[in-house]
Amino acid sequence: MNEFLTLMKSELLMTLLIFLLLFVKLGKGVKNETLLPLIQVLLLLNLIAGFFFNKTGNLFGDMYFTTPLMAFQKSLLNLAAYLISLLCSGWLKKTKHLPEFFMLMFSAMLGMFLLISSGNLLMFYLSLELATIPVAAMANFDLERKTSSEAAMKMILSSAFSSGILLFGISLLYGATGTIHFSQMAGLLDNSPLQILAFVFLFTAFAFKLSIVPFHLWTADVYEGSPIAATSFLSVISKGAIAFVFISTLYRVFGAMQDTWYIMLVILSIITMVIGNLFAIRQQNIKRFLAFSSIAQVGFILVGISEGGAAGLASVVYFVLIYIFSNLAAFGVASVISDHCGKENINDYKGLYKTNPFLSWMMALALFSLAGIPPTAGFFGKFFLLTAGGAKAEYWYITVAALNMIVSLYYYLRVVRAIFMDKNEQPIEKIGISPTVKMAFILCGTAIVCIGLFGKLYDYILSLI
Amino acid sequence: MQPGLYHILFISTGLFFIGAYGFFTRKNLITMLMSIELILNSVNLNFIAFNKYLWPNQMDGLFFTLFIIAIAAAEAAVAIAIIINLYRNHQSIDVDDAEELKY
Repeated sequence: MNEFLTLMKSELLMTLLIFLLLFVKLGKGVKNETLLPLIQVLLLLNLIAGFFFNKTGNLFGDMYFTTPLMAFQKSLLNLAAYLISLLCSGWLKKTKHLPEFFMLMFSAMLGMFLLISSGNLLMFYLSLELATIPVAAMANFDLERKTSSEAAMKMILSSAFSSGILLFGISLLYGATGTIHFSQMAGLLDNSPLQILAFVFLFTAFAFKLSIVPFHLWTADVYEGSPIAATSFLSVISKGAIAFVFISTLYRVFGAMQDTWYIMLVILSIITMVIGNLFAIRQQNIKRFLAFSSIAQVGFILVGISEGGAAGLASVVYFVLIYIFSNLAAFGVASVISDHCGKENINDYKGLYKTNPFLSWMMALALFSLAGIPPTAGFFGKFFLLTAGGAKAEYWYITVAALNMIVSLYYYLRVVRAIFMDKNEQPIEKIGISPTVKMAFILCGTAIVCIGLFGKLYDYILSLI
Repeated sequence: MQPGLYHILFISTGLFFIGAYGFFTRKNLITMLMSIELILNSVNLNFIAFNKYLWPNQMDGLFFTLFIIAIAAAEAAVAIAIIINLYRNHQSIDVDDAEELKY
């Protein structure tokens, strides 16, 4: 019993939060202004609780297992959830159904936690569905807006189709090995044609969820149409969780097929980086722009994954940590501005520095970090990813990735130029930022500047593996 | 003649690709949802066939099938709720009419 409580700690806390919100909803109507700070405090406590009593162990006949590294990954997701609740508080306060929004968000996160810890294909499928279905409902949260419902429709259809593909792959895998347990399956894989076919189906489903390029078409539309809190959830938490699961599935279960997936990863990551970068150049809407930039970032994550060992795993976790701060800071600025005057075009940002220097500096810092310019943390994240990818001595591959970083610099700096240099007759007027939002921005900014200089963190992640 | 594993696999693969074809070519959202159900049912057939003919000692495949049926219902419920809301905003459930987000 005691073991059950400590091992499943993060899942149980999430369930507790969901039920708490359910009772709040059932009782008399609580105002958003009182409920939101309460949720923020609860999320902070949840985040802190994630750092204690982390052990290795498994439950329910190997269906669920956890290690300190998985607990750390869950804490990263908790951190991102806390930051979203702070940064998007402008939109959250205005929404009519605040408890429902957080209920959906927490159920998706519960699904992601179980997904990270799953030791069985059945558990894996169930938690993947729990992690994606509520997100589609979150995308539809601006009920009256046409774009929001269109985004939700695209999200639910593409995720349903991709889980159909995933299931077909799982069924072939079951036929080929006769087991659905990851631990038994790893020993039974021998690169027979049926297993490779099953693996390709599975890989395709992951590519859909991670928006790797031939399967990325839903991403930009969903990001643009959803409310900005849902967009930041999708681009940071959802993507991070799926990346963690993808990497652990590849390494733990499909380790025997490394030669097969190495080639797939190399080809897909090059296409992903190139297409993501080229399409990001021509975007005008800031959310769409960040969507394509996040597609390009996934390409870099794939470079790290292709290493196939401890360095690849550690570099991906480290990169996701940095990506949380930089991407959320960028989305936070976009959220504050779109909340205040509804403007989401990059052209509207011209002359922002004159009126809102704080927001301008935050956006510039976040974009520098996403582009990977040295003093910011993003540089170190990309550095470790490319170092891990270079372990196989395929130097042309690393060269292509590095060249893509230069291309990405062009479009990130385009936004910075619009903010700092371009003249505008009617810039966005001065926006008052509430203290909680400002605190979250300062947290993100300090993290972006300091994480890269604090070198012990990477060693710490490496020691968890 | 007794039906063997290959007969069932042939049918289920056929169903899978019919579903995929329907998903790519139909414009009506409900029909697209039905195509996804076809895909899921082909997976169910696969699981049962593998369980019966190849691994008859355990029940893994049968249990997986039950869970897939339940999840498919949940997914359809959310999808239909979203489609109803789309209908309220666009007065249509044709994918070609939902065209605000492009490029």
